[in-house]
Amino acid sequence: MNLDTIIFIVSALVAVSGATMMISLRNPVLSVMSMILSLVAQAVLYIQLGALFVGAVLIIVYSGAIMVLFLFVIMLLNLRGSEDLGRQSSPIKMSTKILFSLMLFVEFVFVIKVGFFKGDIPLGVMSQTTDNFGSVESVAELLFTNYLYPFELTSVLLLSAIVGAVVMSKRDAAETKTDESAVAVKDSDSKEQVVES
Amino acid sequence: MITVTAYVIVAAVLFIIGALGVLISRNLIVMFMSVELMLNAANLCLIAFSRALNVMDGHAIVFLVLTVAAAEVAVGLGMVINLYRNKETINIDRYNLLKW
Repeated sequence: MNLDTIIFIVSALVAVSGATMMISLRNPVLSVMSMILSLVAQAVLYIQLGALFVGAVLIIVYSGAIMVLFLFVIMLLNLRGSEDLGRQSSPIKMSTKILFSLMLFVEFVFVIKVGFFKGDIPLGVMSQTTDNFGSVESVAELLFTNYLYPFELTSVLLLSAIVGAVVMSKRDAAETKTDESAVAVKDSDSKEQVVES
Repeated sequence: MITVTAYVIVAAVLFIIGALGVLISRNLIVMFMSVELMLNAANLCLIAFSRALNVMDGHAIVFLVLTVAAAEVAVGLGMVINLYRNKETINIDRYNLLKW
């Protein structure tokens, strides 16, 4: 058993157990933390597969930005894990869900086992087949040549996401108006204070 | 020695955990994170095949998937905040306005 195998087994176990903790913990903050743990383990798997840049991006963007956004929303909504989440669904419903997931898993394993080649893959950063496999340069070259059109479409997607987020987080007109008048009152107050002082 | 199959099975396990999370979770935010986990499982699959075939195309696709996930989170969390403002709960069973 060489080092690569050990790294693979450990990080796969951490990824799976982090994901399991994510769906089973009651406290949303702890659940986000275990998702971050799982993501870091997945980034180790990426780097082991030679995807250096994408692994770094996974840590920076996913666990650094997206998960912090989740945490931010949890803090904003002031969730502490003691919310009323309703009754546990009945055992029949629960076991049906688990049974269907297991069936899907068996199906996946069947397809994987039947499907394709089983050759070993060169693992680790040191054992790369080509010089710059997975480097920033080669990913960027691919993104700006073969995948230029999807890349440009991504910018449209981001723009529409920004517009959507702004429109959705805008409050309705009446509420905004009262807020504005409150702000105006506060402004005049502070002006008066300035004059007084 | 580790084969592609091992990586793809890890990805399958992660995907199933995500699907199970969407099915059994009653917390809106945990449900949303499970969807993210399913996206990540697909990414792991792409990276593994990209390594096995020694082409870089998978990395570019993963990059695009990450962008889609980020956009989805930005819009989705806005929706979660709006939903919470209306109902004052994150219990998914309470959002039954469209249920017949």
